[in-house]
Amino acid sequence: MTKKIKEVKKLKVGWFTFTCSEDSTIMFTELMNEHYEEWFRLIDFKNFRLLKKNGKPKGLDVAFVEGAICAPEDIKKLREIRKNCKKLVAIGSCAVVGKPSAQRMDFTEAQRKEIEFIISRFHYAEKVYALHELVKVDESVPGCPMDTNTFLNILNKQLVEFGVKNA
Amino acid sequence: MHKGDITLDSLSKIEGHADLVIKIKDKKVEDINFSITEHKRFFTQAMHGKHIEVLPQHLSRICGTCSIAHLLCSIESIEKALEVKVSEQTKLLRKLSMYGLMIRDHALHLYLLALPDVLGKNSVLDFGEEYHNYIHDAFDVKAVGNKLAIFAAGRSVHAPFPIIGGFNHTPDNSQIPDLIKSLESIRETALKLIEIYYKCNFKLERETNFVGLKAEEYGFIEGRIHTSNGKIIEEKGYLGHLNHIVIPYSESSAYEFEGKEYMVGALARLNLGKELLHKRTQESCRKELKEFPSINIYRNNLAQAIEILHSIDHSIEILEKTKFRQEAPVKFEIRASEGVGVVEAPRGTLYHRVKMDDKGIVTDGNIIVPTSQNQINMRDDLKKLVQENIDKSKDFIVNEAEKLIRAYDPCMSCASHFLRVKWV
Repeated sequence: MTKKIKEVKKLKVGWFTFTCSEDSTIMFTELMNEHYEEWFRLIDFKNFRLLKKNGKPKGLDVAFVEGAICAPEDIKKLREIRKNCKKLVAIGSCAVVGKPSAQRMDFTEAQRKEIEFIISRFHYAEKVYALHELVKVDESVPGCPMDTNTFLNILNKQLVEFGVKNA
Repeated sequence: MHKGDITLDSLSKIEGHADLVIKIKDKKVEDINFSITEHKRFFTQAMHGKHIEVLPQHLSRICGTCSIAHLLCSIESIEKALEVKVSEQTKLLRKLSMYGLMIRDHALHLYLLALPDVLGKNSVLDFGEEYHNYIHDAFDVKAVGNKLAIFAAGRSVHAPFPIIGGFNHTPDNSQIPDLIKSLESIRETALKLIEIYYKCNFKLERETNFVGLKAEEYGFIEGRIHTSNGKIIEEKGYLGHLNHIVIPYSESSAYEFEGKEYMVGALARLNLGKELLHKRTQESCRKELKEFPSINIYRNNLAQAIEILHSIDHSIEILEKTKFRQEAPVKFEIRASEGVGVVEAPRGTLYHRVKMDDKGIVTDGNIIVPTSQNQINMRDDLKKLVQENIDKSKDFIVNEAEKLIRAYDPCMSCASHFLRVKWV
């Protein structure tokens, strides 16, 4: 009789970035300096373009999304992520409030004229969006870069909620 | 043999977003479209109307990973404009800030992004037991870089301490012995990393012009711009030697140096100034330094590994010799002026220019980042690589092309900050 090996449950995570400086991604890799052994054991990184070739988001427990949304193609991608995750966490200032990526929304008429050709050439949206303006956001980690204590608390909360780690 | 065009959407294991389209006809590479697809945040435009006191922190937000380089470059441009002379202590703290950046940023790239190519893996997440020690090494080295940046600048990303005229915080001298111990503890690990990239046999050789800052000692802040073609240029004159090139399919500008492609970055710096590296680094890397000057682009990664060691060695020397004292930033008077700052960011020469009115309000400026400067060189390298492998499979070509792009360690967040051009 073959013994069935119990598969270790891992949190299925996607880390996505849109328009931003990716500063929170860098902070995340700095947090890994201290936490990588635990995270590599408890987290299955399904999507993380900085570290691996990307596939489509599918069957995620949690999607961490950094950056603001400034083009129709990105609106589509964000909605696709939302459809394929149980929880969505907005990471960093651009994702949470839109800025500084959304700074063009405050430009003067003259400044807007100067950037008009880029907006049209690369099919940007008229408006730059924070994530909550387009999809349901379950949790937010504000800050530029993200506040790392808030992030650790939210990540731990998800690990517990999804039954990967005891409270 | 591969037939037809090749498209790679969303290149992975690089900072930011980029695509590549290779156009092939009758076994000849017709065109290479390396496009930076990171959407613009219009920082150059947003400079206008800002007060110089807030400008460096604002421009730091161009890039997460190179933020200390943008911060120091912006500060330098303002100090040059206002003729602010900073203290020796400030110069040392800026060096340590930059060394912290180099250690953690180069380590991020060499261990987590480029090493899977060397080991034939998709990702650091697939290293398994066999290569697990490299994961330990990666995070050990990165952690010390991070610690050094926090000590000197307050944080690795968007550091709060460096300001115009100096620093708004004095480091705690009691932390120095522990910091020296930490730096010493990763020295052997850095030497192992150098050995890995020394032994790596990836090769693509092509003559080009290497450009970078060079001073009396190997560093990333001071000096004049040197080229391997023998030119020496003052920082403020750099822009005059660059030609701005519009690439219609890319969301980033590109540049040529006096009408030709050129390369900035660790390989350029080592090619131009290996004899200036810290003595201890030179003693430990005699064999590896014989590789330079090199026209093999993959040697950029070896150069980055050697720069980690130099950053460790010089930081140790500075920390051993220095006791930081409380000092106020240098006071300065605002007047209508213009200044240029040039530093060596991890990926190469970074240029900030600022023009302000008599109230300190920015009226004009521009920023030229390393990845934009390398864009044409990268395209020409890719063209050579694909042409040389035209009879191989699509998978092989795609893999090799990605490896080549990664060897440059490009940064798309920087490259797409904004271009001020008119499309024709």
